[in-house]
Amino acid sequence: MFSLEGLTAMIQNWLAANFNPTMILVLQCVIVILLAITLFAVLGLVLVLMERKVAAHIQIRLGPNRVGPGGMFQTVADTLKLIMKEGLTPDKADKLLFNLAPFVVMMVGMLLLAPIAFAKNFQIWDLNIGVLYISSISSLSVIGILMAGWASNNKYSLLGAMRSGAQIVSYELSAGFAVLSIIVFTGSLQITDIINSQENGWWLFKGHIPAIISFVIFIIAVTAETNRAPFDLAEAESELTAGFHTEYSGMRFALFFLAEYINIFIVCAIGATLFLGGWMPLHIGHWEGFNHLMDYIPSSVWFMGKTFFLIFLIMWFRWTFPRLRVDQLLNLEWKYLLPISLFNLLLATVIAIYGWHF
Amino acid sequence: MFIKDYISDVYNGVTSLLKGMRKTGWYFVHPKEIITEQYPDNRATLKLADRFKGEVVMPHDENNEHTCTGCTACELACPNGTIKVVTKFETTPEGKKKKAIDALVYRLELCTMCNLCVAACPSDAIKMAPTFEHSVFDRTKLTKILNQPGSKIKEGIE
Amino acid sequence: MIQETEIIKDTTHLGDEGELVVNMGPQHPATHGVLHLVVTLNGETIKKIEPHLGYIHRSIEKMCESLTYRQFIYVTSRMDYLSSHINNLGCALLIEKGMQIEVPERAKYVRVILSELTRIASHELWLGAMAMDLGAFTPFFYAFREREMITDIMEDTCGARLTMNYIVPGGLMYDIHPDFQKKVKAFITQFKSKVTEYEDLVTNNVIFQSRTKGVGILSAEDAISYGCTGPVARASGVSCDIRKLFPYEVYDKVEFDEVIETAGDSFARYMVRVKEMNQSIRIIEQLIDNIPEGDFVGKTKNVLKLPKGEFYTRVETARGELGVYIVSEGGTTPHRIKFRSPGFSNLSALNHMAAGSKIGDLMATMGTLDLVIPDIDR
Repeated sequence: MFSLEGLTAMIQNWLAANFNPTMILVLQCVIVILLAITLFAVLGLVLVLMERKVAAHIQIRLGPNRVGPGGMFQTVADTLKLIMKEGLTPDKADKLLFNLAPFVVMMVGMLLLAPIAFAKNFQIWDLNIGVLYISSISSLSVIGILMAGWASNNKYSLLGAMRSGAQIVSYELSAGFAVLSIIVFTGSLQITDIINSQENGWWLFKGHIPAIISFVIFIIAVTAETNRAPFDLAEAESELTAGFHTEYSGMRFALFFLAEYINIFIVCAIGATLFLGGWMPLHIGHWEGFNHLMDYIPSSVWFMGKTFFLIFLIMWFRWTFPRLRVDQLLNLEWKYLLPISLFNLLLATVIAIYGWHF
Repeated sequence: MFIKDYISDVYNGVTSLLKGMRKTGWYFVHPKEIITEQYPDNRATLKLADRFKGEVVMPHDENNEHTCTGCTACELACPNGTIKVVTKFETTPEGKKKKAIDALVYRLELCTMCNLCVAACPSDAIKMAPTFEHSVFDRTKLTKILNQPGSKIKEGIE
Repeated sequence: MIQETEIIKDTTHLGDEGELVVNMGPQHPATHGVLHLVVTLNGETIKKIEPHLGYIHRSIEKMCESLTYRQFIYVTSRMDYLSSHINNLGCALLIEKGMQIEVPERAKYVRVILSELTRIASHELWLGAMAMDLGAFTPFFYAFREREMITDIMEDTCGARLTMNYIVPGGLMYDIHPDFQKKVKAFITQFKSKVTEYEDLVTNNVIFQSRTKGVGILSAEDAISYGCTGPVARASGVSCDIRKLFPYEVYDKVEFDEVIETAGDSFARYMVRVKEMNQSIRIIEQLIDNIPEGDFVGKTKNVLKLPKGEFYTRVETARGELGVYIVSEGGTTPHRIKFRSPGFSNLSALNHMAAGSKIGDLMATMGTLDLVIPDIDR
């Protein structure tokens, strides 16, 4: 059976046989960077098309259907158009920060890719503080957005950036607490440990009510963190035209656009890892036959399936709900999500101490 | 009581959101509800209403005859100078001079499709046609002469 | 040097310390046209809103003065293009009143049905656009699906989808389409089955409610003093439905309720419009089977001449009271014509309603005012 694990081992063996240790490290880095960039490009194309198709079907439309079969190459054509466009820099803008901002945002996305396990034993860096790494790096994305908003020298951009700053900083908290309740169950920050602990059932199912509550809170918080509707106040099309990227055009705009989708993919991948068992197949208690059947599906398919399910959920939110107001957004976090997640963490701790989870 | 209100707030909020998601989700899984009309592809089946006001035309019969007497009622009825009637004098076989149209100039680019000219016409010489694909690359092509070359007025129309 | 007066203000002054002056529009996604709002902000809080008008001024009033009484009606479709039938009806009513033209019953019935269909179409578009202002894109398409049925009916009967010019002095331009009644009934069935969708997606949505309740409050006194009419005033508890107070055509023969809410906030304005759609359906249901047989246009002279004097009529458009005022010198064209458009007065209350609230509230308030910019500028 085809598996990514075998592939990595094969490459590893081939490298070990032909090169010295320093060279191996360099080559590994090159391969990883190439893979990461390819993944980003492919994800951008696929997710944008998916978003447009999901939106269209929810809105009783057909969506893109002209370029290629079923509009498959629509996003490719769009990207080509964006590459050819002139990237304008406003006259009074802070040139350095203005040009740097999209790359900072992209960089955060790339860094977050490191600890994610795409399949069994297919991971860039299995560091022992995986979850802590993720939550600390993901809060960096606000810097890029603030940079873009400030450097554009545009009032809409500034307002959007300020909103986004307040939003990301506060929603970090409840996302962090939601993740903590899973860590309480597993007792480890390492991604591999967390996945392995879900071998006999995903945390969403065996963690009782606290896991379900923290899953819901996690989804809400990451929707807010990635600036997606109904929390897209930083862009808020009808209020701030395009928020922090009002002044961006061409490829630099495309980078922001891409970063948004990459971030969605990454937070959904983290959600899938923590709550839905990552690449772990669906195992139900002692149903040996059923469990064996599930094992035949490759682990990468499991991971991608779960991640894309969560992405679909977030897209579904976007095309259903109206946007919140900025004070309601903060109210929701500080008056509802944070108290609930604090209480929920306590509950999770009690359950973990008494070992009531399966 | 505060806790009870708080919980019922959260519960009602979440159920209202879920109701909305159920509706959009229903449409997502029912592609039959899609209402998109794929316009240039469905040209063959696209049928506009008979009365659709697309442009003013002058119907001619098989003998290349129309019913316009050149009375300029349409020109007077038009609010924005879309129609210009150019008349000439023809000599009838009996030797009498008779007024007839030389050209009925119609400027599509000025027309607002208000139908007042058609309503004003005493001999039903012009009517609205349900065409809508009027785009051209040259603006002068929008100025049309409605009577066909060589056409003449039908017998018995005064 | 130009002296600074009430009208000519120093335009280089960009707000005081701690203020941010944002030009919202003339190109902005939420102003639905070329409305230009100069918004003075303190952080997220709005301190002052100053609407700048005139970007789509086409001098319709002056244009109408050079057109005959038959011709000028079509121009009024371009004012409030979402209720063009009702604009045309207002003008036609004035001419009929001035010249004592008898309108056949059939024409009256059809005019009222078309007016109510126009009102529903306008409110449908408003519902979608307003949900879009608040960030929900999907209800727009659901609302447009129903609106499409109305425009199809209009296309069948009037020959156009938006600027119909179907109403002429004395009646209608031509008779209704044979399928008219059948199609209207099909629309009513479709509309009734889909109303719950708007409730699920918009009305009952907790985010929508919290965005609109208690936002942009306009008290009854303020509504009267700013001259607000239509759903905006009715949401503040002011009874101002021209159809009820000064019935024209056959509005005195049908049963319907004037929808009045008392809260005066954005949600009340939303509810007034949604309930008004149901009332319009009720009116249509009463009339559609009882369209009398007979002529569709009364006898009129070829050249219309209003007698010397001043004439005024008013009709209830989807946005409020449209007043048509004509001074006639007895000729074939009006000497002076003036339209009292509902949008202009409603917009004037915007500063009062939105000052002190957040930017997001401005969108909710503006959305529920249902502004059509060509109606404001004319």
